[in-house]
Amino acid sequence: MFSAIYRGVGGIGRRVREGVWTLGYATRFFVAILLRSGDLLRRPGLVLRELYYVGVLSVIIILVSSLFVGMVLGLQGYETLKIYGSDSALGVLVALSLTRELGPVVAGLLFASRAGTAITAEVGLMKTTEQLSAMEIMAVDPIARVVAPRFWAGVISMPLLAAMFTATGIFGGYLVGVVLIGLDDGTFWSQMQSAVEWHHDVLNGIIKSAVFGVAISVIALFEGFDAQPTAEGVALATTRTVVVSSLAILGLDFVLTAFMFKG
Amino acid sequence: MTDDALVEIEDLHFAYGGKAVLQGINLRARRGQVVAIMGASGGGKTTLLRLICGQLRPTAGRVRVAGQVVNELKRRELYRLRRRMGMLFQFGALFTDMSVFDNVAFQLREHTDLPADMIRDLVLMKLHAVGLRGAAGLMPAQLSGGMARRASLARAIALDPELMMYDEPFTGLDPISLAVAGNLIRRLTDTLGMTSLVVTHDVQESFAICDYVYIMANGVIAAEGTPADIEKSDLPFVRQFVRGEIDGPVPFHMPAPDYADDLGLGQAHV
Repeated sequence: MFSAIYRGVGGIGRRVREGVWTLGYATRFFVAILLRSGDLLRRPGLVLRELYYVGVLSVIIILVSSLFVGMVLGLQGYETLKIYGSDSALGVLVALSLTRELGPVVAGLLFASRAGTAITAEVGLMKTTEQLSAMEIMAVDPIARVVAPRFWAGVISMPLLAAMFTATGIFGGYLVGVVLIGLDDGTFWSQMQSAVEWHHDVLNGIIKSAVFGVAISVIALFEGFDAQPTAEGVALATTRTVVVSSLAILGLDFVLTAFMFKG
Repeated sequence: MTDDALVEIEDLHFAYGGKAVLQGINLRARRGQVVAIMGASGGGKTTLLRLICGQLRPTAGRVRVAGQVVNELKRRELYRLRRRMGMLFQFGALFTDMSVFDNVAFQLREHTDLPADMIRDLVLMKLHAVGLRGAAGLMPAQLSGGMARRASLARAIALDPELMMYDEPFTGLDPISLAVAGNLIRRLTDTLGMTSLVVTHDVQESFAICDYVYIMANGVIAAEGTPADIEKSDLPFVRQFVRGEIDGPVPFHMPAPDYADDLGLGQAHV
């Protein structure tokens, strides 16, 4: 009985210690990426190549999802606003929801599951097949050559993808509100234009998406780099990328929102 | 004759996760030699290679390569020393997103400012040396196991290293590839003036090409000598290993509780 309690408490302690250790290791990994990114200024081609894999290949899923999210927002928003006779504010509702929250957050979640998993699986497989080791022995630093380009590609792609998400989402809202339901075209856009502020709404949304970009890229790369070098290890790491990045996005979103929009 | 030793290992200890893997290894490889490091699978041979190239740090002892103590070097110095080393991994470890040509050109592009046409010539020469000039445009996934290893060998010798390390170069090869691999290791060592360390458990193939043999067991060097010396050895482990006997100092059975007890024999049946 006592030994079971002892083991249970010991197990919790061990998990906490492992968690702290992993967090410390991940932080050092992040710092190492920043310190060893200098070479990329000399060889921007490495980042461009990754921008294609990480960013361009994520565009389709972002565009299609955002169109549907915007259309649903249009429908739901119209139904609710109609009750209070303020259906003319539909454009404002759609635009503010997307620029402030849904754009960065949903684009972040999609980015984590599309690009994040691809990065983890690729880096994890490179580790499993000893490609990273081989690179090290050829006196080429894998963090500078493999990790850093993918990191910056992720950080650059994420705000752009979030912007695309927001723009297409607003268009989806327009399709439902104006084209389908028949709200006034001019009111839809002009109300939106006067309500959405550059600094308060748009810039804060961009900042959020950039922060999510950093978080997702570091998590995805770290999980791949730290994966057990087996097929099972890479599969587990890929799953962890989705779980950890999703939690990180939602947690960070709360913190950022609290700072940006309080009062 | 310390002067002509390229690799010198003194009293090397290494432990991983509290378990001692190497317990006082002494080893020397002279320039121009092919040295085989043999021993049972999982005996720490690959660990030894990783200690030599500085990917792992020993818990005690010293690894000296070309006069420099590897385990005391700073990162930048270690990377500089690694440009003089090459390693052939067990399954090639070719970069899967690059063609064979780009794989071999990798180090030349990373470490030199040579013009593209010169890199092209050098890559084709290295590929020709391993017989794969015709595979330059293929992707690693299109190569057989033996070809992948040869392509990887061409990549490893791209910068003409002084020290070449081979991690199990003979494992899983058909008889022809096997003969090709052995022949290549010997020929490249002689023609490029390299020193080769071959980690392997294939007795016949390695004895045919190497100058000196170290046999590892339980984290120490159990025997050393020329292939002829080793074949004549009376040490029980060496005899078992060289002749491939099933039972001997290395038992067939993993340690386990008594067989009869495990099956429940001798206990009253209810």
